[in-house]
Amino acid sequence: MAFRIVHYINQFYAGIGGEEKADYEPEIREAVVGPGMALKAAFKGEAEIVATVICGDSHFASNMDDDTAKILGMIREYKPDAFIAGPAFNAGRYGTACGAMCAAVAKEFGIPVISGMYPENPGVEMFRKYAWIIETPDSAAGMRKAVPAMAKLALKLLKGETLGKPSEEGYIERGIRKNMFYGKLAAQRCVDMFVSKLKGETFETEYPMPVFDRVDPQPAVKDMKHAVIALVTSGGICPKGNPDHIEASSASKFGEYDITGVNDLTSETHCTAHGGYDATYADQDADRVLPVDVLRDLEREGVIGKLHNKFYTTVGNGTSVANAKRFGAEIVNRLVNDGVTAVILTST
Amino acid sequence: MVKEIERKLPVVHMCTIVPISQTVGANRIVPTIAIPHPFGDPSKTPEEEKALRRSLVERGLKALQTEITEQTVFTE
Repeated sequence: MAFRIVHYINQFYAGIGGEEKADYEPEIREAVVGPGMALKAAFKGEAEIVATVICGDSHFASNMDDDTAKILGMIREYKPDAFIAGPAFNAGRYGTACGAMCAAVAKEFGIPVISGMYPENPGVEMFRKYAWIIETPDSAAGMRKAVPAMAKLALKLLKGETLGKPSEEGYIERGIRKNMFYGKLAAQRCVDMFVSKLKGETFETEYPMPVFDRVDPQPAVKDMKHAVIALVTSGGICPKGNPDHIEASSASKFGEYDITGVNDLTSETHCTAHGGYDATYADQDADRVLPVDVLRDLEREGVIGKLHNKFYTTVGNGTSVANAKRFGAEIVNRLVNDGVTAVILTST
Repeated sequence: MVKEIERKLPVVHMCTIVPISQTVGANRIVPTIAIPHPFGDPSKTPEEEKALRRSLVERGLKALQTEITEQTVFTE
C-alpha cells in the first residue's frame, strides 16, 4: 500500500491568486494541487498525496498559532505517514509557514516532515532543527530540481532507510550529532586535519561550529527631546514613480530621499516599490509603512528633537543577506555623519 | 540591515513578522499591525488610523529609551 502524504502549499501555488489573496484562510482539499502534481509523479506510486492544505501566506504569518492549530485539526483525519510543505524557495512568509507547519506536525503526529527552501529563507534558520529541508535554488525556476529531491528524501524516511550526511542527501543541516565508529582514533584524525590545514589542503570538520551573528544592543536614547530620529524601511516606500528604479524584488540598491518640509506622505507624492505584498494600502497612504506624519507631529510637539530630513528605503522581498548587510552599513554611516541619534526601521 | 545599523546607532525594528526579526537578530522589536500596512488599518477612519499609528510610534520611541541587555519585544 502506498504511503499517505499530506501536502501544504500557499495560495499562489494553489492557483488562487497572488498578494491580493494572501489573506486566504486555511483549507484542506482531498486532491493533488499545484506542485503536488510533480511530487505525485516523483513518488511513482510508492506514496500518494491524500490531501492538500492551502493557506494564504499573510494569513498564516498574521495568525500563526491559530492557523497552526486549525491545520493540525484538518490534517488529523487523513492519517498521514509523512507531511511535505512547499517547496518555498526564497519566499520568506511561505518558508516560515512551511517550517512552522513541519515543526507542528512532527511534534503532534511524530511523522517525517519535509520541506524545500533556499538557504537564506528565514524559515531555514527558524525550523531546520525540526524538519528535513531540501536545499533549493532561490526561485520557482528550481522546481524541477527541488521536487524529486524532496520526494526521494520522503520515501527514504518513510521506508526507514538510513540517511547519509546532509550534503549527501541534499538537505540543510539540522544540527543533529550522530555517533560513528572510525578506523582511526580521534587524536590521529585531529592531527591529520591539522596537517591538511597547514598544507592549505581541504579538510572536513567533524563538528562545525554554529555561527552566531549577533550585535549587542546600543545604549538607550537618554534625551529624546533633543534626539534626531531617522526613518529607514525595507517596505519600499519611495517618491511616486520610483525614480531610482529600486527593484520590486531582490533589490540591488537603496534610495535616499529628502523629506524636508514634508508633513504627510500621500498617494500623490509617495508609493511603494515593493513586490511580494499587496501594495494597495501603501500606495493609498505611505504613512502606513513609513510613519512620517506622526513623527512630524511628535517633532512639532517637542517629544522628539527632530525628524531627520532624509529617509532611506529598500525592498526586503527576496533581497540577499549580503546586499541587505551592505545597505545597512552604508546607510548607518551616512546617518552617523548627519548627526542622527537613533533609527526607526520599519518592515512589511 | 537592522544589525548593521545597530553596530553604530540604537535602532528599533518595527515589523509584523516578529519571529523573522528575532531570527535575524534585531534587539529592540515592536510588533506592528499587518504586512501590507504595518502602521495602519484601512478598516478604521483616517483619524482612528492615525491615532493607532501614533501609539505604535510612541511604543517605538519608548523602546529606544529603554536599556536592554538582550533581544526584547515591546508589546506595550
